[in-house]
Amino acid sequence: MTARSSASTASSAAVTEHADRGPLSTDELAAVIGRDIPPGSYVNLGIGQPTKIADHLPASEDGLPGVILHTENGMLGMGPAAHGDDIDPDLTNAGKVPVTELPGAAYFHHADAFAMMRGGHLDVCVLGAFQVAANGDLANWSTGKPGAIPAVGGAMDLAIGAKDVYVMMTLFAKDGSPKIVPSCTYPLTGVGCVSRAYTDHATFDIQPDGVHVLETWGITLAELRERLSVDLIG
Amino acid sequence: MESVDEAVAGIEDSSTVLIGGFGLAGMPSELVDGLIRHGAKDLTIVSNNAGNGEVGLAALLKAGQVRKILCSFPRQADSYVFDELYRAGKIELEVVPQGNLAERMRAAGAGIGGFYCPTAVGTPLAEGKETREIDGRTYVLEYPIKADYALVSAYRADTLGNVVYRKTARNFGPVMATAARTTIVQVNEVVPAGTLDPESVVTPSIYVDRIVRVDARKYTVEGAR
Repeated sequence: MTARSSASTASSAAVTEHADRGPLSTDELAAVIGRDIPPGSYVNLGIGQPTKIADHLPASEDGLPGVILHTENGMLGMGPAAHGDDIDPDLTNAGKVPVTELPGAAYFHHADAFAMMRGGHLDVCVLGAFQVAANGDLANWSTGKPGAIPAVGGAMDLAIGAKDVYVMMTLFAKDGSPKIVPSCTYPLTGVGCVSRAYTDHATFDIQPDGVHVLETWGITLAELRERLSVDLIG
Repeated sequence: MESVDEAVAGIEDSSTVLIGGFGLAGMPSELVDGLIRHGAKDLTIVSNNAGNGEVGLAALLKAGQVRKILCSFPRQADSYVFDELYRAGKIELEVVPQGNLAERMRAAGAGIGGFYCPTAVGTPLAEGKETREIDGRTYVLEYPIKADYALVSAYRADTLGNVVYRKTARNFGPVMATAARTTIVQVNEVVPAGTLDPESVVTPSIYVDRIVRVDARKYTVEGAR
């Protein structure tokens, strides 16, 4: 019994604090996430900020992509954005931006694109978020404001489908309120689905026993505890 | 069919019409323009988006021919035609998670009466729907989306109606082609039956009722640089 509790203490790694610098820029945050995506994974990057992670994915040695990007509109092996003569109106990403195809790419229809998510074939997806709750609930599709036009796209399918759901967001909203919350006040996208939250100030691992802080930037763990109303393990 | 107008002939008022495309990729713009000229009213439209600018689906909405739209993502930078109609209470909207939209049409085409889906559990989009726990996980009962007509854009067809698509313009086309009583496909090229590689056919001719040839698209994609 004693051995078990001491093992548990030993396994909780110390939080790496980078208090001597400011928070991460969007590109730096994208690089942090890219570093954590295992080579060989099948990955969906949500529209908006997560698309920047494509520039920071593990490289391959044989000319093939190190990570296979999935796009909900029917493609595996998506390449970088297309420019100039490479623009093809029949080849776009989920944000409807023209993209390119990499060697080994495959096309399929929409029902297959989403079967890949729900069926548990996709290793990682990275989504933006308004709020993430301590139990992994995700709110990223609606602020619930009256009069707003609801639009969900593929967010709910991705949230419950990918084996690991990572969130990429700023830790604080423009009004200073934290986006890691005890429970979401915005309408939910998925229940208990987020495993990691990557933010400009800190990265969080969301486990059944609570929210673990992995690394901080421009803020200490003690300061983080003061600003968030969520119990933090670290 | 010799012309787009002939291809959309007979679409009745109050029909449910599936319109392919993801944004403008795979959007059957010529068939939609034909439907505008045809003038059928009180339509229920199923499409991923709710129109861009004032072309294609947006033009159909602007013409006042649509009573209700089922889509996953109506709000876009250039969806102002839909936005105005919606805010004025002139169009009904059912927002459907994108994978459910596709799977509900797949179910219709495959003769499935309904299916339990994990998407949207615990969210406002599952409110009021039947749920069931299966192997410890909660699922929501979803029903098929059956349609009277599907308007699909593809790349090439043979004279029997076997169809191939091009890149991500495939998107909803193959699923929609199965879910409608009458499937109308516009293509850039019609070739003699027997000249398509049977291994490469994506939509077999059994699903296709009418084929019309149109010129390749010339529009630019939103966000293109």
